[in-house]
Amino acid sequence: MEILIIGILLGATYSLLAMGLTLQYGVARIMNLANGEMLVAGAFGAFWIYTAHQLSPFLALLFVVPAAFGLNWLVYRYLLTPLVRRARSRGMLEVDSILATFGMSFAMVGLMLMFFGGEFFSYSYLARPLTILGSPFGLNRVVACVAAVAICGLLYGAMNHTRTGLAIRAVAVDPGAAGLVAIDVPKMSALAFALGGAVTAAGGVMLSTFLILDASIGVVFTLKALVIVIMGGVGDVRGAIVAALILGLAETLVASLIDPGLTLAAAYLLFVLVLMFRPQGLFGRRSS
Amino acid sequence: MSRGEAIRAAAIVAAFVLLALLPFATNVDYAMSLALPIAMYTVLATSWALFSGPTHYISLATGAFFGVGAYLVATGIGAVPYPVLVLLAPAAGALLAGLVGVATLRLSGVYFVIFTLGLAEFIRQVVTWVQNNFTGSRGMYVLTDITERIIYWELLALAVLVYLVGWLVGRSRLGFAMRVIGNDELVAAHVGINSAGAKVLLFMVSGAFAATVGAVMAPRYTYIEPGIAFSSELSFQVVIMALLGGVHRLWGPLVGVIPFTLLWELIAASFPTQTVLLLGVAFLLIVYLIPNGVVGRIESLLARRRASPGGGRE
Repeated sequence: MEILIIGILLGATYSLLAMGLTLQYGVARIMNLANGEMLVAGAFGAFWIYTAHQLSPFLALLFVVPAAFGLNWLVYRYLLTPLVRRARSRGMLEVDSILATFGMSFAMVGLMLMFFGGEFFSYSYLARPLTILGSPFGLNRVVACVAAVAICGLLYGAMNHTRTGLAIRAVAVDPGAAGLVAIDVPKMSALAFALGGAVTAAGGVMLSTFLILDASIGVVFTLKALVIVIMGGVGDVRGAIVAALILGLAETLVASLIDPGLTLAAAYLLFVLVLMFRPQGLFGRRSS
Repeated sequence: MSRGEAIRAAAIVAAFVLLALLPFATNVDYAMSLALPIAMYTVLATSWALFSGPTHYISLATGAFFGVGAYLVATGIGAVPYPVLVLLAPAAGALLAGLVGVATLRLSGVYFVIFTLGLAEFIRQVVTWVQNNFTGSRGMYVLTDITERIIYWELLALAVLVYLVGWLVGRSRLGFAMRVIGNDELVAAHVGINSAGAKVLLFMVSGAFAATVGAVMAPRYTYIEPGIAFSSELSFQVVIMALLGGVHRLWGPLVGVIPFTLLWELIAASFPTQTVLLLGVAFLLIVYLIPNGVVGRIESLLARRRASPGGGRE
């Protein structure tokens, strides 16, 4: 029972990362390998604001999220648009964007090492026990989970009930056809990419309240987010959320029953299972 | 064999013989400190390009294979003679590559990239866990009487082998199949190429080479622990160097390895704390400015020159 709840709490936070990556890969068609670094950068932001100004991480969101949005918009506009223009096919864009974002991930790790050093960092926020169903849980985990659910809900509503959300979904389905019905595809792609980055950074802020992170841990989160997105099916928000919960549970199981150092093994195990049995994602339909 | 080919083959053999004589040069320590990494990265980058060049499937797992080879030596050195371990390493690398390939290469390239991205980190976690729980200590000493000179010769022999294999693959049905796959996988499937099988096979060749390099380099580290052996930075450097040189020619990566290794020695010496950042920036510059590598750039310039008779302007 305890494992179940911790797993769900963790999974809810992971779903933020997966949402971020889904927006970037599903809509903007950028396979962003620097996603995890964006998360760590968000976490660093919250850490810095908390330790330097004693502001709660939830207030920090107000600064971190717009900053991440702007940064990612600039990245898309000035670094990735040339690649989009250069690419002759979707496959070529995929290769180019993988290479470019892989380079960016290293550059970002380097920058963070420069500014913050290589130590592990964590801070104590709301580290009080909260009793749910007779067992104690960290209040910070619960609050992070609630905030993550709120952000996910907000995003889901925005995607499904606003005109911009509709346009973004149209681009996700078919950029060519979206252009034909007067949707500004480059603008929507940039918006989706920036939004994805902002959501990811928000996820970083949430995670930083209860996880110990360091500058070079981003790649682990990139991998987790990618596994979730593939498990849920690319571009499928509902699938991503379910997959995030599954990963959170699997990781908690492995961490509490075998060894906390083996969390990546859980992700790989799920990944291999998905590749073997449902490469189109949990709810995806098999394409021809 | 035509006259031109004979001359070229003789020149290549002569070059390798000269390189093999390098350890007898004067000022040998400095020369070796540069030649050893160059030889190592040449083998790694060339074998990487063997697979990733024609198929455009970016493998980020070189560090994982390298680590498997190095770890094999570190684990077995007390019980098994070193040469046997070096011969076992390619088998281990090929096995790992085969497993990864079977799991991912039947599907689109993205799955492969993702799988290889975390592979080194994943194996590192598993190895650390096994060592913490079953063997006690985490680090291991590799104490042998193998000198740098011998390692250098081994690497040189591997380089000869990798070029030979690359040359043979390029002329074989497999190489042709890879080029068709790289250009259009659908066409490849329609003309009856078993594309998944071909890809897995070539990835195994590439993985076997990387693992062998790891095994050969292990004695140089003397002390090996998971964090050292399974580094993602190595995978990254290999990709950078291969791309810098150009991956569509067998000797392309070499053109990238030599300047990059020399430059890197300089950078690592002058800015030891900013190496990761500079690596990333260097990588971005290559991806944006010379997407086909130096070799591709030179070739397109030459082609342009040839297209306009008189040689001057376009």
